[in-house]
Amino acid sequence: MTSAPFPTGPINGVSGTAVAVRGDDIDTDRIIPARFLKCVTFSELGPAAFADDRAELNGQHPFDQSAHRGASILVVNRNFGCGSSREHAPQALMRWGIRAVIGESFAEIFFGNCLALGIPCLSVDHDVALAVQAAIEAEPALTLSADLDTLELRGGQGQLWPLSLAAGPRQMLHSGQWDATGQLLAHGAELAATAARLPYLQAFSVSG
Amino acid sequence: MLSVGSLSSATLYDKVWDLHQVAELPGGSTQLFIGLHLIHEVTSPQAFAALNDLGLPVAHPERTVATVDHIVPTTSQARPFADPLAEQMLATLEANCAEHGITLHGLGSGRQGIVHVIAPELGLTQPGMTVACGDSHTSTHGAFGAIAFGIGTSQVRDVLASQSLAMGKLKVRRLWVDGQLGPGVYAKDLVLHVIRTLGVKGGVGYAYEFAGPAIDALSMEERMTLCNMAIEGGARCGYVNPDQTTFDYLQGRPYAPAGEAWERAVAWWASLASGPEAVFDDEVRFDAAAIAPTVTWGITPGQGIGVDETVPTLDQTEPDERPLAQEAYRYMDLQPGAPIAGTPVDVCFIGSCTNGRLSDLQAAAAVARGRQVAPGIKAFVVPGSEQVAAAAEAEGLDRVFTEAGFEWREPGCSMCLAMNPDRLEGRQISASSSNRNFKGRQGSATGRTLLMSPAMVAAAAIAGRVTDVRTLLP
Repeated sequence: MTSAPFPTGPINGVSGTAVAVRGDDIDTDRIIPARFLKCVTFSELGPAAFADDRAELNGQHPFDQSAHRGASILVVNRNFGCGSSREHAPQALMRWGIRAVIGESFAEIFFGNCLALGIPCLSVDHDVALAVQAAIEAEPALTLSADLDTLELRGGQGQLWPLSLAAGPRQMLHSGQWDATGQLLAHGAELAATAARLPYLQAFSVSG
Repeated sequence: MLSVGSLSSATLYDKVWDLHQVAELPGGSTQLFIGLHLIHEVTSPQAFAALNDLGLPVAHPERTVATVDHIVPTTSQARPFADPLAEQMLATLEANCAEHGITLHGLGSGRQGIVHVIAPELGLTQPGMTVACGDSHTSTHGAFGAIAFGIGTSQVRDVLASQSLAMGKLKVRRLWVDGQLGPGVYAKDLVLHVIRTLGVKGGVGYAYEFAGPAIDALSMEERMTLCNMAIEGGARCGYVNPDQTTFDYLQGRPYAPAGEAWERAVAWWASLASGPEAVFDDEVRFDAAAIAPTVTWGITPGQGIGVDETVPTLDQTEPDERPLAQEAYRYMDLQPGAPIAGTPVDVCFIGSCTNGRLSDLQAAAAVARGRQVAPGIKAFVVPGSEQVAAAAEAEGLDRVFTEAGFEWREPGCSMCLAMNPDRLEGRQISASSSNRNFKGRQGSATGRTLLMSPAMVAAAAIAGRVTDVRTLLP
């Protein structure tokens, strides 16, 4: 567990130690099993991240290794976060201490849920993911620094890897407007105009 | 605003997207108006709490509709629930709906059920809408020619606050399906075949348009099964163009337009379909006649095979899929190269937002009628809604099932995600009409799931092992 504050304001980069969780198609049921969804707040989810995978590995899961305690960057492989739309998954990771996820690819809903919490999901090529994971496993104290401006990932031993992140999410993080509520509410007139042209809200008396 | 929507090259997705665009947001995403917002007890409480923290009202309480499905018991739904956490979640939903003026179709109302079953059957889901819900299987509603997708809880908060979302536009892949499904082959088999072919990541970045003669021939309930599992192929939404089948289904439903508005609605809905000159970002073709009843053998919905095939060996697996295959062999304890038919099962579950509708129960009952569940097998049927249960009981399906040795339960999500008491124990292996065979999905961290159609689940229950349902049909 970390005591680092949850993301707030503009996010231009994330630095810290990292933890690698290998494997393709790791679904959100594995990140947070459904029985932990029986709650009306997210506050207790941190310790339950990867609960069943950790139990299966009996202490050998990266999230259980003391060397990775305090890690803030999670490095994964392909299609991470697929399956259920449960925001409990990124909430659990965030409350465990994760502030950025680096991987080969992400499921869309998971990506959006992370963005809404100020957690960037940064993409890397297959070879880079494997290299970063190997570097973390070889040296758990390695500090990584993900720069959202230069889209570079720097390792404390002089490593340099390229990152990618679409312009939209990047700008949202950069501006601090990754939490969309305020922007959405700023368009009251446009919302009303849209509703006025939707046939199903106008007894089908407008044609769209 | 606009407008690809007026061009003959536009897809349904383009037209509906354009119509719902509110504004371009800084950073390039689009503010999209949400026509129908569905909520349930699991992913909404934190959204209401966040809204209250911000001091914001629900912008359009009349455009949000609630029900309770994930945590409800299916044996007794008497209140309070035996599980105090489940009771707390339902009580929280009831309080939030009451406070904000949101309609809740609760237990015993006659309209409660799985959110993706009740919204269509009430006529809430209509062509040309944008539909959002804090549940990935919201893609189901695309069966009506809606753009429907799952969202997280922060986005539930955003829809409650503004009736809109910040979204990026998807590409559109048309999946053209020629021919007709054979006897004993259902929409579930078709979608498992699609996912097996294109992979669980194949649809990332795309909406899936399902089209072609085989799709035209599907009932609305079959189209819902198909679109429901688009998300399992990585596509956040899937849809079918609205046609006479769609209109016939909707006519007369409680929230469907009526009177003079009905004719205007049908004219508009018909105009939304992707035209013959529509341009797609990608297209893949399938032959429905070549698809067999399909069963998953692994730990993702993409690890599926025909019931007459064998579990793929590593040599038969693409190199980059081999680590996952090896993990699946270990977890499932199935042997590469062995036939999937004949695999013994412990539990048989018919239900879920994928396959808990009346026609699903009819197909399963046709197999179960006059037969007996094999000794030692736990088999149960969970109707998708109170309306489905009532319709099934009216035609005696409940008795067909109970006389065959199945349990007949109350409506809910049940063992599909096992947030209620219905769950696998230990290493049990289930034949399931649900949508996910993920590790631990059905409530036991070591439990195993074989996905298949409801008729195939019934066949497995009768035989006690995975069986080609075509051998049991008249």
